[in-house]
Amino acid sequence: MTTTYSKANILPPPSESSTLWGWARKNLFKTWYDTLLTFFILGVLYALIRPFIAWAIGKAQWEVVQVNFRLLMVGQYPAAETWRAWLCLYLLAGILGLSLGVWARQKPWLSAILLLSPVLLVFYPDLSSEARNRLLGLALTALLAFAFGRWRGARLGRAAVILWVLYFPAVLIIIRGGGLLENLAPAVPTSLWGGLMLTFLLTVVGILFSFPLGVLLALGRRSSLPAARWVSITYIEVIRGVPLVTILFMSSVMVPLFLPSGVRPDRVLRAMIGITLFTAAYLAENVRGGLQAIPRGQFEAAHALGLSGFHTMALIILPQALRTVIPVIMGLFIALFKDTSLVATIGLLELLGISRSILAQPQYVSFQREVYLFISLIYWIFSYGMSYASRRLETRLGVGER
Amino acid sequence: MNNRRLLISHAVPFWRDERFLKALGQAIFLLALALILGYFIRNMLGNLRQQGLGLGFDFLRLTAGFDIGEHLIPYSRSHTYLQAFAVGLLNTALVSGLGILLATLLGVIFGVAQLSGNFLVRSAARGYIELLRNLPLLVLLIFLYSTVFIQFPRVREAIILPGPVYLTNRGVAIPWGTPTDTFSTYLQILGAGLILALLVAVGLSWYGKRSGRPPLTLFWAALTFLLAAATGWLLLPNPPLEANLPAVQGLRLAGGLQLSPEFMALLSGLSIYTSAFIADVVRAGIQSVSRGQVEAAKSLGLTGFQTLRLVVFPQALRVIIPPLTSQYLNLTKNSSLAVAIGYPELFHVSGTVLNQSGRAVEVIALVMAVYLSISLFTSALMNLYNRRVRLVER
Repeated sequence: MTTTYSKANILPPPSESSTLWGWARKNLFKTWYDTLLTFFILGVLYALIRPFIAWAIGKAQWEVVQVNFRLLMVGQYPAAETWRAWLCLYLLAGILGLSLGVWARQKPWLSAILLLSPVLLVFYPDLSSEARNRLLGLALTALLAFAFGRWRGARLGRAAVILWVLYFPAVLIIIRGGGLLENLAPAVPTSLWGGLMLTFLLTVVGILFSFPLGVLLALGRRSSLPAARWVSITYIEVIRGVPLVTILFMSSVMVPLFLPSGVRPDRVLRAMIGITLFTAAYLAENVRGGLQAIPRGQFEAAHALGLSGFHTMALIILPQALRTVIPVIMGLFIALFKDTSLVATIGLLELLGISRSILAQPQYVSFQREVYLFISLIYWIFSYGMSYASRRLETRLGVGER
Repeated sequence: MNNRRLLISHAVPFWRDERFLKALGQAIFLLALALILGYFIRNMLGNLRQQGLGLGFDFLRLTAGFDIGEHLIPYSRSHTYLQAFAVGLLNTALVSGLGILLATLLGVIFGVAQLSGNFLVRSAARGYIELLRNLPLLVLLIFLYSTVFIQFPRVREAIILPGPVYLTNRGVAIPWGTPTDTFSTYLQILGAGLILALLVAVGLSWYGKRSGRPPLTLFWAALTFLLAAATGWLLLPNPPLEANLPAVQGLRLAGGLQLSPEFMALLSGLSIYTSAFIADVVRAGIQSVSRGQVEAAKSLGLTGFQTLRLVVFPQALRVIIPPLTSQYLNLTKNSSLAVAIGYPELFHVSGTVLNQSGRAVEVIALVMAVYLSISLFTSALMNLYNRRVRLVER
C-alpha cells in the first residue's frame, strides 16, 4: 500500500543563503535581542580598541624596547657568544621545517608562510644588517628543510622524532658550553643567562628532567607494592597541593641547607631543581591517565607472550600510554612556559625578571606599559602557537579515536 | 594440605619466591629513601647549627615587629608572629573568596556566550578566553598593578564614577554601610529569616518527593528570605545600616570602603584570569549533555525552562563541578603571587616573617602545610561529591 502526498504538502528544500547579508541575518540579526547584542558588542569593542590603537601608534614610546632588546632576548649572555643562541634557532628552524614537510602535507602554503615569518621581522627598521642576514638565513634554512622533508616524505618521520628528542639536550649543551667544547664554546656561567633565552631553557629543563621522574612516579602510583605506591602518592599530592612559588622559595632557601656546608648551587640551578620537582608531580598524573587508558587485555597478552613485568611496561604499555598523553604533555609544556615567569620572584632575570630590572632604572620608570605589553605579546604568541600546534598534533595523531 | 604447602616452599627457594623478592625490594627502596632523607636532614641540622639556629615553633610567640597594611583582625607591630600569620591567612581567604565569586560569575557569562548563536558574541568570548589563557598570571598581575591601579590620578583629580566610586592612585573607594544601634537586632531578624527559608525549602522538597513534581525550591526559599529581610528593614524604628559615602578630604580619601591598589590588582587579576578557564569548563559541561537528552525531554512534554532545570543542568553540573573545584583551588594557590605586588596575604607575610626571624625551615613548612591542608580538604569534599553524583550503571 502506497501513500501519496498531494503536491501542496511537500515543502521546498530549505535554502541556505550564502550571501553576506544572508550570513549576517542568520548569525548577527536573528532576533531583536541578537541585534541588540551585536550592536552592544560592537560598541564595547570600539570603545576598547580605538584608544588602545591610538595610544600604541601615537603616544607609546617603543624606544625602551628597542634599546633593551638584547637584554630582553638573552639577558647578560656575553655578546661574543650570542652566535650560540642563533645556532639553537637555526637548529630549531631546520627541525621545524623538516617536521612540517614530513607531516603537514595538506596545506603546504600554510607551513611555508609560517616558516617564512622571520622574513617579516627583516622589515623592522632599526635592525643591524647582521641580524637581518641571520633572519633571512633562518627562513632559508627552514624552507630548505621543509622542501627536503616534503621530498623524502614519511620515510623521514622517525628521523624527525629522534631529532626533536635530541634537540633539547643539544640546546642545553650549546648554551652552557665548556667541557669537551671548551675551545670552541667556553662555558658561560648560568648567572649570565637571562631574558627570553632563560625562559626557554627553564621550560626545556623542566620538561626534560621531570620526564623520567614523572614516569617513575606514575608507575609507582599504579604499582602493587605498597611502599612504592605510598611514597609516590605522598610526593604527588604534596607537590600538587602547594603553589609553585612556595616550591621555588623552598628550593632557593632549603636546597643549600640540605647540601653539605660549602656546596652552594647557583640560583638558576636551584630554580631548575624546583621547577623539575614541581613539574614531575603534574607529569606523573598525566602519565597515569595514559596508563589507565590502556586496556587490561594488553597486559594479559604481554604476559601470555611470556614477557617479564619490565618488558611488558617498556615495550608494550609505556609506548602506548605516552602516545595518548602527548597532547596533555604539550599542555603541561605551555603551562610550564608561562609558569617560568614565577622565577622572577626569587630574583632570576628571565623575561619578566629582566623587564622588572630594566624598569627599575630611573630613565625607564615611565615606560611600564610599553615593556609589559611587549613581553605579554611574546608570551602570548609563543603559548598560543604551541597550543595551536598541539591541537593540530592531537587530530594528526588521532588520539582518542581508533 | 600442610604437606602441599611444604612441597611448594621446597620447590621454590626463598630467594626466588616472588613474595620474598617484593618485600626485599620494598625494604631496600625504603631504606635508600630513608638514607637520602637522613643525609639531607643531617646536613640541614649541621648548617642550622653553624648559623646558630635550632628547630622549633617557639618563635611564633615572639613579637613580630613589622606592620601589615591591611588586616581583618586587630594587628599592630607589637603582636606575635602567629598573629601575623593569622592576618595573612585571613587576607588569603578574603581575596580567594571574593575572587572565586567574581571568577565564577564572569566564567559562566563567557562560557555561555561561547555557545551563543550570535557570531560576534561567540567570537568576542573566544577572543577573551584565548587572550587570557595564553598569558602568565604573574605578568597579568604586575601589568594590572603597575600600569592600571597605581597609574590612576592622584586623590585631588580622582576619577569619580556614579555611586560615588573614587578611582585614585591610592586605591579605590566604594560606598559602604555603617552599622547603627539597631544592627544587632537586624542580624537576629536575618537569622530568623534564614531559618524560615530553610523550613520552606525542606517542606517544598518533601512535597516534591511525594508528588513527583519538583517545585522551584531554591527560588521560593530565597524569596522567603528576601521578604523577611525587607520586612525587618522596614519594621525597625531606624535603618540598621546608614550609607557611608567616600569623599575627598584634603589630600586623602575619607569614608566608604577603601580598597588598596594591591588588593584591587590581585582581586581583578585572579578573577579575570581564572574566569577564562572556568568559561571553558562551563562550555565543556554544557556541551557534554547530548542532544538526545534535550529532544527526549521535549518529547516528554517538558517546557524549555523545565528541560534546562531538570535535564540539562543536573547532567552538566556533574561534568562541571570537579574541574571547577580544581580551578577554585588554583585560584587560591595563585593568590600567593601577591608576593610580587605586595598584598599581604599568607605567602607575602611569611616572607616577611622569614626575613625577620631567619627561621626558613619552619616558616616554609608552615606555609606549605596550610596550602596543603586547604587542597586536601577540598579534594576530600570533591571525592565525597563524586561518589554521590556518580552515574549508577548497570
